[in-house]
Amino acid sequence: MNRRTLLASAAIALAAPAAMAQDEPVKAGFIYVGPIGDGGWTYEHDKARLAVEEHFGDQVETVYQESVPEGADAQRAITQMALSGADIIFTTSFGFMDPTVEVASKFPDVMFEHATGYKTADNLSTYSARFYEGRAIQGHIAGSMTETNKIGYIASFPIPEVIRGINSAYLHAKEVNPDVEFNIVWAYTWFDPAKEADAARALIENGNDVILQHTDSTAPQAAAQEAGDVITFGQASDMSEYAPSPRVSSIIDNWAPYYIDRVQAVIDGSWESQQVWHGIGEGMVEIGEISDAVPEEVRTSALELKERLASGEYHPFTGPINRQDGSAWLAEGEVADDETLLGMDFYVEGLTGEIPN
Amino acid sequence: MDFGSISLVLLVASVMVSATPILLAAIGEMVVERSGVLNLGVEGMMITGAVVGFAVGVNTGSAWPGFAAAALASAVLSLTFGVLTQLFLSNQVATGLGLTLFGLGLSALIGKPYEGMKSPTLPKLDLGPLSDIPVLGRMVFSHDLMVYLSLALVAAVWAFLKFTRAGLILRAAGENHDAAHALGYKVVRIRLAAIAFGGACAGLGGAYLSLVRVPQWTEGMTAGAGWIALAIVVFASWRPWWVLVGAYLFGGVTVLQLNLQAAGAQVPVAILSASPYLVTILVLVVISARGVHGAPASLGRPFHASQ
Repeated sequence: MNRRTLLASAAIALAAPAAMAQDEPVKAGFIYVGPIGDGGWTYEHDKARLAVEEHFGDQVETVYQESVPEGADAQRAITQMALSGADIIFTTSFGFMDPTVEVASKFPDVMFEHATGYKTADNLSTYSARFYEGRAIQGHIAGSMTETNKIGYIASFPIPEVIRGINSAYLHAKEVNPDVEFNIVWAYTWFDPAKEADAARALIENGNDVILQHTDSTAPQAAAQEAGDVITFGQASDMSEYAPSPRVSSIIDNWAPYYIDRVQAVIDGSWESQQVWHGIGEGMVEIGEISDAVPEEVRTSALELKERLASGEYHPFTGPINRQDGSAWLAEGEVADDETLLGMDFYVEGLTGEIPN
Repeated sequence: MDFGSISLVLLVASVMVSATPILLAAIGEMVVERSGVLNLGVEGMMITGAVVGFAVGVNTGSAWPGFAAAALASAVLSLTFGVLTQLFLSNQVATGLGLTLFGLGLSALIGKPYEGMKSPTLPKLDLGPLSDIPVLGRMVFSHDLMVYLSLALVAAVWAFLKFTRAGLILRAAGENHDAAHALGYKVVRIRLAAIAFGGACAGLGGAYLSLVRVPQWTEGMTAGAGWIALAIVVFASWRPWWVLVGAYLFGGVTVLQLNLQAAGAQVPVAILSASPYLVTILVLVVISARGVHGAPASLGRPFHASQ
């Protein structure tokens, strides 16, 4: 290729980027923290990816990489995806935040979407779901059904997302059962079935008869089933294979509408950086069927709570609420603002133990 | 730290269960390394064992055929590594890593239809009067048979390496394959046998995860257990009883910190989780400072009879 044709083709490329975008399919990339067969978090993200493929057909091509460790290696994986020609990249775990910010600054023409984080840029949006609304319903059912008044909670990492869930579940368990006590185990992993099962067993042996989990696999469900008289909730995915018991309900993440919406925005050229935080009302958080193992009146009140959350009539963090140390956080009737919730690093009053750091 | 609030009995009992998969994988890998081969594919063989064991367990309705099939499948898989590295002299590190990746992918493929299914599991043994001993009975004598088999396997490997002629020959192949070859021993054959044994052990460990410890099939469920097994072999400086100590230490720390947390004790979780790795590094520093590292002299070196 001589210089003249090089310049000419460069000019064409500069002049007609929009036309070229029409010809080639838009490439959407997904970075997953676990395997797509985890039955929970990553499984739901991948379901949404497949929904994107289904919706757009030949217009969109998707690529994904699973089991990407959080940390330095994530940056390599995201960079590689950007280099391979992805137009939009979804990074689907909190720990991918800084690597995504880093890669986004190097690829200004690629759009990035980071799940559950709080850092944005011109080509970097964040999106998350108000899982704490679902946690409120879990807490409500858990508090109503526990007989030992001890509820075990398998937490992953001490990040705002997880702490919000614990606080929300605790407040609503306490509301229906003032004697309730939460025992929290930090597993320091999103996905390690053996460790999750061990954590569930340790909690069950210590007298907890409800297990809530914020880790991604179904292992705690298996451990609870083995133990008998213990109830659990599906996390991120329905986990209905463990229904009607131990799994009595679940929080389901529904990312598909959002992913389709954002890929469409890339196709239209209307993509803009934003911060999205949707809940039950918008359909990003769904509540899995409440099984027969739950008494009728508890089911009714739980569904009622769901309605009030969906309509926006009730916010799970409505005062009066004190912080763990007894200082006032929200006054009577006051509702928590998103900024505090996004950076939540404290327990509410009544929870025991400290948040590790 | 407050240890008073947790039951020592339950703690020891759960340590024995949670250490069994890595103990099985580590003792197998130790034999492989003693024969002079470094197989980094433990993770891949474990997960293959986990999925095959689970699938066969579900289809036959009994856990034992699952274990047998897991051992067989992982041994066959490990022999692909054996053929590549021993006959075609491929690089052991690269081939071992390839085996891990292959095992992870293969298991995800085989396991798809088995997600969310329930498997038969092993019954707890009733050892009669032994199980009735207060405290000790619940602690040590109330597990399933695999726990005791894994302990017996450690003893058997120890006796084999120390007292039998075949064990001596295996060690000779690992220490100096040229000398062993000059003496007329079939180095490649010995190593292939060791690799198959290591594969079978890793398969049993994987099947124990999917059939007893979790018990379910989830893609990627070994989550690094195979790498821990490799670390334990180094920690043990290639000695069988130290493999047992290492496996129980690694398993014990994990279970201990989870139990402490569940009992409401304040523990430095991050430090405890990292402690087995810190101990391994410490052990490596100590043994290299002493000058005797215990690694088989021919470990990882390719052998061909013509050289």
